[in-house]
Amino acid sequence: MSKRVGIEVSIALADVVGMANTDVVAAYPITPQTHIVEHLAELVADGELDAEYIPVESEHSAMSACMGSAAAGARTFTATAGQGLELMHECLYVASAMRLPVVMAVANRALSAPISVWGDHSDVMACRDTGWIQIFTENGQEVVDTALCAFRIAEDNNVLLPTMVHLDGFHLSHVIEPIMMPEQSQVDAFLPPNKYPFFLDPARPQAMGDFAPPAIYTETKWAQEVNLQKSKETILKAWKEFAEIFGREYKPVESYRCEDAKILLLTMGSYSETAMTAIDAMREKAECENVGLLRLRLWRPFPTDELRKAVENADVLIILDRALSFGSAGGPVGMEIKSALYDVSKKPKIVNFVGGLGGRDITVGNFEELIKKGIDIAGNGSENEFEIFGVRE
Amino acid sequence: MENSTIYVPKLITKKENFAPGHRACIGCGEALAVRLAFKSIGQNVIVVNATGCVEIFTSQLPYTSWRVPWIHTLFENTAAVASGIESARKAMVRKGIIEDKNTKIVAIAGDGGTIDIGLQALSGAMERGHDFLYICFDNEAYMNTGIQRSSATPFGASTTTSPAGKESIGQFAWKKDMPAIAVAHNIPYVATANPSYPFDLMEKVKKGLAAKGPAYIQVLSACPTGWGCAGELSVKIGRLAAKTGVFPLYEVENGKYRITVDFPKLLPITDYTSLQKRFRHLNPEMLEQIQQKVIEKYEELKEKAEMSGCCCQAGTEE
Repeated sequence: MSKRVGIEVSIALADVVGMANTDVVAAYPITPQTHIVEHLAELVADGELDAEYIPVESEHSAMSACMGSAAAGARTFTATAGQGLELMHECLYVASAMRLPVVMAVANRALSAPISVWGDHSDVMACRDTGWIQIFTENGQEVVDTALCAFRIAEDNNVLLPTMVHLDGFHLSHVIEPIMMPEQSQVDAFLPPNKYPFFLDPARPQAMGDFAPPAIYTETKWAQEVNLQKSKETILKAWKEFAEIFGREYKPVESYRCEDAKILLLTMGSYSETAMTAIDAMREKAECENVGLLRLRLWRPFPTDELRKAVENADVLIILDRALSFGSAGGPVGMEIKSALYDVSKKPKIVNFVGGLGGRDITVGNFEELIKKGIDIAGNGSENEFEIFGVRE
Repeated sequence: MENSTIYVPKLITKKENFAPGHRACIGCGEALAVRLAFKSIGQNVIVVNATGCVEIFTSQLPYTSWRVPWIHTLFENTAAVASGIESARKAMVRKGIIEDKNTKIVAIAGDGGTIDIGLQALSGAMERGHDFLYICFDNEAYMNTGIQRSSATPFGASTTTSPAGKESIGQFAWKKDMPAIAVAHNIPYVATANPSYPFDLMEKVKKGLAAKGPAYIQVLSACPTGWGCAGELSVKIGRLAAKTGVFPLYEVENGKYRITVDFPKLLPITDYTSLQKRFRHLNPEMLEQIQQKVIEKYEELKEKAEMSGCCCQAGTEE
């Protein structure tokens, strides 16, 4: 049976990528992702993982090498963060459009300038529309489980899409947590070998990546969109089968103490655990007995139906964004959810906060304050489209 | 050797892996060079193509001019994609996922995609020692986007972003010496070629493929559209590029230089420049400056070849 070990999350993630019998890792160092690729290099160096490790000269080349590797039919992994993800930016669109099932861990990090190695979601939000499947994780266990699921989902021949596993830089990547590490036999039962149907092969010449004139471009892009939306079926199926083998169940939108909740807080990533503690505290203190937490796990494809269902009984929805969308009407998540609920007749009042930028903590006390402020704004209104939380002005 | 030029063509495969029916301009030296190169390369290959003229004129969904597996992703990352494919096949062969058929990985790109925007990825791939052949089809400017200067554009050439004018001589910098940069990576094989010397080109491609590790070949490809010459002059201009010493034909095998098609006496560069509109604005002083530089560079090359102890070979492909 699998056993619980105390392990750094980045190391556990690398271990599970190794257990997935990954063929190629192409990576470039960037904080706070480095421990992941360092440990993979170690596994390869020690002969524990039979893979080619390509120490590329940039993240642009990391994703380019990954595209080549995936097109050749190999199980392919990389990891990056912040500026690295942005340097890959143009490659990200190509990987998804060319249906190359690369799996990438992103240790989410703030963007320059000013330079900051600490965590927030600015990097991923800038890559929101790249056509990748994107899953956020809350704790070390989820990181390990999601990484395993990511290979299964990305390589499924009904999907064939690159997949990002998001873990908050430092707050998640660098902490030591108790994690149930899977047994190799469980991994093998869950994850079949990669069978990429279009692999480059001289026995069967084919052209990949031709240019598209206006007469065909729209069709290719629409096919891509339909495919990404449809991937949710496979994602749900993979999570169900994962639960059958490993006993841990995952959903696109997770809820905590929401059964009777009228006031909902929505978060993504590792801050959700702090938010849970705050919700417990508020309920215990009887300050606010009807507060609950929603956690958006599946970011792309966006789980519109699940989200609508999750908020159907709520009066107030307080959304915490960890990125700014400069010059717009809210945080990226806040705006997206407002848009998803626009056509719903009975919807909660939405209050959007942006906070936790560049690694700034949001403590249990802060969350309580944020929820109270949200309730106040929901009742009394605000001059702002969204609120910046905890800024010194 | 002279006799071989009569018989050698009969030994060359009639098979075209680079199929006719593409959309290159009339007289395109690059299309000719690609066709010849792929006669040497054969079918056991995976081609990685950078964005550029070749990529555009050989592909348009749902058509292709390629009878070999071919992939294009972006402009500047061709060497990196090639390194991913090479590594993937290495791992999969070792793990028994695919059979070892000694399939070659060939990356092709233009001068902009190689010497400007793709230089970092190429340097990385050469430094890491991936087993692949990189061919730069050098037409000395960004032709696909409309004849803008690159770092491979020769000094004095007029392009749309280095136009000759009252205050401008045209291209203001000397052509970047990319083969020397490749040599500095200590790779087993570096060469220059030119489709006007087809056997030399095909031989070099064979050597590049056979080399264990990275090989780099820079093929000067006359561009009638961008250089301002008649389409039928493409082959002649290629010959003159070699005969004037403007683009010498040589190879560097494990660091040893050899001039593969040598000319005891170089023709004046004006024989080459006068046929092309891009040089038409140059006055005698400018041309003399270029002439001196060409002689100086050619002497340097000869010295390197002599130091390497390799005999030079007189031009025979007449």
